[in-house]
Order: sequence, then structure tokens, then C-alpha cells
Amino acid sequence: MAIRCVASRKTLAGLKETSSRLIGFRGIQTFTLPDLPYDYGALEPAISGEIMQIHHQKHHQTYVTNYNNALEQLDQAVSKGGTSAVVKLQSAIKFNGGGHVNHSIFWKNLAPVKEGGGEPPKGSLGSAIDTHFGSLEGLVKKMSAEGAAVQGSGWVWLGLDKELKKLVVDTTANQDPLVTKGGSLVPLVGIDVWEHAYYLQYKNVRPEYLKNVWKVINWKYASEIYEKECN
Amino acid sequence: MTTIVFIIVLVIFAANLHDAGATTMDPCLESMKTASLPDLPYAYDALEPAISEEIMRLHHQKHHQTYVTQYNKALNSLRSAMADGDHSAVVKLQSLIKFNGGGHVNHAIFWKILAPVHEGGGKPPHDPLSSAIDAHFGSLEGLIQKMNAEGASVQGSGWVWLGLDRELKRLVVETTANQDPLVTKGTHLVPLIGIDVWEHAYYPQYKNARAEYLKNIWSVINWKYAADVFEKHSRDLDTN
Repeated sequence: MAIRCVASRKTLAGLKETSSRLIGFRGIQTFTLPDLPYDYGALEPAISGEIMQIHHQKHHQTYVTNYNNALEQLDQAVSKGGTSAVVKLQSAIKFNGGGHVNHSIFWKNLAPVKEGGGEPPKGSLGSAIDTHFGSLEGLVKKMSAEGAAVQGSGWVWLGLDKELKKLVVDTTANQDPLVTKGGSLVPLVGIDVWEHAYYLQYKNVRPEYLKNVWKVINWKYASEIYEKECN
Repeated sequence: MTTIVFIIVLVIFAANLHDAGATTMDPCLESMKTASLPDLPYAYDALEPAISEEIMRLHHQKHHQTYVTQYNKALNSLRSAMADGDHSAVVKLQSLIKFNGGGHVNHAIFWKILAPVHEGGGKPPHDPLSSAIDAHFGSLEGLIQKMNAEGASVQGSGWVWLGLDRELKRLVVETTANQDPLVTKGTHLVPLIGIDVWEHAYYPQYKNARAEYLKNIWSVINWKYAADVFEKHSRDLDTN
């Protein structure tokens, strides 16, 4: 049963209407873990149900929790005028906020086979891929190679450079979102290459995980983003 | 006749100079030893229940072995690049050398700072390290608490270290990212204890609970190794 995946945000800004005490930075939002659009076991055998459950309920949840904590602390630091404290919090915000952003995209980048996972992109994205990478196989090969070569933890991305109007393959370290590599980059497909994304199933063999994950990549979502950005 | 001999000698000398500039390679590089996977000083299951046999086996035979293999490969490529005078290639290779060489260095230390309980794993350090720890961190528990906190908060992959700063003559707790050895945080730093906080170091057993792994690993930390290294360097520092 597909559950619509929405990053629900409870916002205190809504309280502004009822309370005049809320001013300035107090419009802080708390974030919540988005639901997975499919069952934990739905991506098998490419990604095991065990991995999906831990990845979603533990890793992504922890990023959300710590992100909210960091934002709360930021709010206090800003109102108390503690610039040192504000600056010191940026690392926690970048890491945990980035983790939340990246994983929210990741769940949408994946789909069960019976819901189109692995089906090649059609339309304008399909053509753009052929233009820039020769073929879908060419793109897959490049992304798999770059993903395998990430030193430590990170992500491999297919992105659209809105400014240069071209597709790019790039990697980011840790939980850096794609936008840290360029302000005009829009993520189309992101693949988590942190060890927690594959270790329980593939152990140290990251290339094997990268080979198999393509069977559940949701090209429909990537195409929607691409078409939206191009118009 | 003397002039002819002189000219011949000059020509031979010049020819040798030319050869030296174009083709001579530093013999040190030619005879460079390849790295090899060190044996574990204990059985794969000897650190249980703190670290599972499955993890030790994968960690040693797959991860560390891969660093060794890739490091040797990179060194080979470096050798060729240097012989060709291809400086772009030489520079480009540094990332692979740092990552894989660092992985080899770090893991070679890691196996030594772990020990089965029946071989002293977990037993607190002897002096002079013990006193130094108390002086710098208040107590061994204080040090462990600090290292656990810093290890748990490493963003991504990396290591948490107890090191000796040979210049400042003091103990430090430090973290490094990915496979950066401790020396990348300061050339005077000597690693005494290093704990791998890459997910592969604990995931099959502890899953996402890195803090739990850090809590348990102290029961197999080989303080004897750390204390010996500290003592040796302390002696060296005293005599300088």
C-alpha cells in the first residue's frame, strides 16, 4: 500500500495568528520523519527489508531528531546574541539537516519494481541522458564508478545544473546535500554510499550494492523533477 | 695526445651527466617495499563479545586487505609516473596514497591496540601512562568518557585517538576523518590508542548504535601497547 511520502512540518508560525508573543525567529519549524512510500521489504532483493527499516527508523530518524535539537539551540543562541554559539551550531545543522534532506530525496528515488522501480526514464530526461552520457548504461557506469570511489561516507548524484542547462554526475561527502557543490544544482537521483546503506546485505562490497540498486531506482520521480525544472 | 684523452674524458663525463638527468631513478624508490597485510595477533573470535568474529574477519581480510592492495597499486602507479616525469599524475595519485596508505597505517595500529581479555584486554594502563592520564583527564573514566563522546560525534567515517604530543609533552584526544592518520592533525602526534568509528567497524553487531560499540570496546583495549609506546617516547623526550 503506497503511502504518500510527505515531509510533514509542524510550524509554530501558525501560532502567530493566536499569539502576539511570537516574533522574529520564533517561527521555528520542527521536522518529522517522512513516511516511506512503500513497505520495508518492497525493494528486495536489491535492498533488504532489514536495511530499509534501520535506515529509515534509526538513521533518518536520528538526523531529524538532532536537526530539530540543533534548530532549537540555534533559536536560543540567536535570541541571546551568542554569535560564537550560532557559528558553532552550523556543523550540527549542516550534518543533520543535510541527512534529513538527502534521505527524504532518497526514499523518493527508490521504488518497488512493481511500481516502476528500475524502469528506464522516458521523455526529455531519457533524451538528455543519452545526449550527455551516450546512453543510460553510460550514466549508470559513471555513477557506479564514482560512487564506489567515494572515500569514506557520502553520496553519488545525478543532478541538473539549472544554470548551464546540463546533467552532471557528482559526489558529496558525509551528509552534504548536492547544492553544496553548486548553487544551481538540482538533485535528480541520489544514491547513499554510506556503509549503513548496504553493509548488512553486501558487507564491504559496495560495487555490488551499486550494481543492484539500479533495479529499484525510481526514474519517474527524477523525470518529474527534470521536466519541472526545465519549464 | 693529452688533449684527445681530455676531450674523450669530457665527452664520456657529459654523456653520463645527460643519462643521469633523463633516466636515473632514486634507487630508494626502485627498492620500495610493498605493504602487506599483517597477521592478527589473536583469533578472529578472541575479542567477543565486545567485537564479533564476523566483524573481525571482514575488517581484517576484506577492508584492511583492500587498503593494502590499493596502496601497493597506487605506489606502483606513482613509481611509473615519477619515472615518466608526469607530475600531474604524481599529484593526482596523492589522494589514493593518503586514503589507502592511511587505511593500512591505521588498521595496523588498531589490531595492536586490541587484545583478548585473557591477554590483558581491558586491563588499565600501568605507569607512567596511568599517571599522565590522571593528570590530563582526571581519571581513566574521564578519558574514556571524552573519547566516547568525540568518537560518537564524528560526522561520517573516521577515527578517535588518544595521542601523545611529543612537542608539548602532553596527552591529547583527537579525531581524524576517513583514513587520515593521527599525524595529519599534527606532526608531533604519536598514536597511543586509535578506535575505528567507520560503520564497518561495528555495524553487523551494533547496527546504528555506535555509542554502544564505543562503550563495549574498552573491555578489549590493549593498554599495555599504549603504555609501552608512551613509555618509550617519554624516555626519548627525557633524554633530549
